Amino acid sequence: MMEGLIDIASWLLHPAHWSGPDGIPARAWEHLALSSVALLLALLVAVPLGLLIGHTRRGDLLAINLANLARAVPSYAVMVMALPLTLSLDPRNGLTIYPIAIAMVLLAIVPILVNAYTGVRDVDRELVEAARAMGCTESQVLRQVELPLAIPVIVGGIRTAAVQVVATAALGAILGYGGLGRHLIDGIARREYDRLWAGVILIAGLAILTEVLFADVQRRLTSPGLRIARTGAAAEASEPR
Amino acid sequence: MTSAIAPAPSGATPEGGSGRAATVEFVHVTKHFDSGARWSGTPGALNDLSLKVPAGRICVIVGPSGCGKTTSLKMVNRLIEPTSGQVLLDGVDIESRDVIDLRRSIGYVIQQTGLFPHQTVIENVAAVPRLLGWPAAKRSARSEELLALVGLDPAAYGTRYPAQLSGGERQRVGVARALAADPPIMLMDEPFGAVDPLVRERLQQEFLRLQRDLAKTILFVTHDVDEAIRLGDQVAVLERGGRLAQVGTPEEVLANPASDFVARFVGADRGLKRLSLVRVGQLRLREPATARVGEPATSVRDKVTGAFPYVLVVDDDGRPIGCADPDQLTGDGSVTASGLVPASPVLTPDTTLRDALSMLLTAQALAGVVVDAAGRATGVLTIDEIGDWFRMEAGRLRAGPSGTGMPAVG
Repeated sequence: MMEGLIDIASWLLHPAHWSGPDGIPARAWEHLALSSVALLLALLVAVPLGLLIGHTRRGDLLAINLANLARAVPSYAVMVMALPLTLSLDPRNGLTIYPIAIAMVLLAIVPILVNAYTGVRDVDRELVEAARAMGCTESQVLRQVELPLAIPVIVGGIRTAAVQVVATAALGAILGYGGLGRHLIDGIARREYDRLWAGVILIAGLAILTEVLFADVQRRLTSPGLRIARTGAAAEASEPR
Repeated sequence: MTSAIAPAPSGATPEGGSGRAATVEFVHVTKHFDSGARWSGTPGALNDLSLKVPAGRICVIVGPSGCGKTTSLKMVNRLIEPTSGQVLLDGVDIESRDVIDLRRSIGYVIQQTGLFPHQTVIENVAAVPRLLGWPAAKRSARSEELLALVGLDPAAYGTRYPAQLSGGERQRVGVARALAADPPIMLMDEPFGAVDPLVRERLQQEFLRLQRDLAKTILFVTHDVDEAIRLGDQVAVLERGGRLAQVGTPEEVLANPASDFVARFVGADRGLKRLSLVRVGQLRLREPATARVGEPATSVRDKVTGAFPYVLVVDDDGRPIGCADPDQLTGDGSVTASGLVPASPVLTPDTTLRDALSMLLTAQALAGVVVDAAGRATGVLTIDEIGDWFRMEAGRLRAGPSGTGMPAVG
């Protein structure tokens, strides 16, 4: 056990593993690049759609059911199903990058869409009506009231999606894309268990970093007024008058 | 529609406002929520409401839950559109106005949930000016002015969030926000419903003080009859099914309820409620026999009359010290400060008759001493005077125009 840990540590610390196209920095960069692009594409689709559905309350059943269906299909299955299509469209990258990218975008859309929708939907209706009553246009209601009030929930969805995306990007190595999954897949294939476990630790570490980063983003984007309301600091409010 | 309420005098230049106010008129307004069904008795429905609120006045719409009072309010800013009928502002049908412009020209206050929790107090107050595109400097200046107007120190409260305020403070911010763009009309839906009775009473008093200066046209919804009577220049009583049961001054509604429903709704204590509309200073007070310490007792005894069979002993400045029983002012001695019955209760011209009566009953006294701002005795109020006031009012109301305050609906 102890020996195994030392093996993994020495693999991780070996200078040769920190340089070159198969080194940890290069693989981590590939991993993050793919994850970022996938998350960005999912954001572009899911956030506007979720806000729109939450604001208008139209098409919510359809969207949620589709999202749940998407959640039920394993990412690996999505990759395999996408493969024939992507290969026919782009024989060069159709095998490596596109199947995993599609799977990751689909994976990320679900929590982002669901949270954007429920976040906006659950904003106090009295506040929305108050905004309308004072003369907000529909887009002002959305931008000035619903969006800032739903921000903690919306960013929570993005945070979940980001962590899932970083963890799932490892699958890219199966079809020949790089990323930190490379160490994992190659470790299995070559029976180099120190390399395999190093890969696992690196991916998990990256996922945890992502979680921490987005938790911070979530905190920064949330209005202090909402944090105070939630943590019950109302108790320290001024004397009742 | 005959109502005894005259429009507020025009030309008043209130602080913090341009003084413009608008008349609000409901013309045969009906609202069905069960579209298609003929019966209109669903909660919130309105049945042929006709009501005119003069410019610069407070009309309190009061009624049991589900009577449609909130519905009527939301029709003025078109949150709810009528099934039939019209709402006119200064004679102009609101349907002909751009809904966004219309809403920005109407202040709206609801229970404390209406403040935006993600915005500071200053940002909340500046909400409508921001929508109207005022420059930032003008916005914050206006916000600070309004916070001061509602009794909140801008420096202390401006950067707080609603979650850091008490219920009463939130209501003040709510009122300030509604006033921000100086709208001619204010809609207030149970604005003081979520605070405790003490705070509510203070907010009501300050609200009336503000309104004396601002003279907005205010539609105010409540289910609390006492609040309606205290605040309204005009009280409109709605009954279930959205029918206007009566409209008139608080005095008219209390003295002559138009129906059994109104009588029941305003309560069996409506006589006492009428007393809360009158202040001690409005009555002709009895002049008591007064004496100063050191005066000869014999001359004092002769001043006493039957209605108030005591001598009010006052100090050199005319402030009451106590009451003396003339029978105890024996012999040729002089009036002393000792052995006096305390002169209680002490009333001021601002005390309502209701409070005065309560104080008399609590003190088990037949009369109370009325003092002016300097504490000098100006007269005494006895229970008899309260009875006299009722008799006089009854005569005045009989002599007044018949049908005053009757509902305008046919």
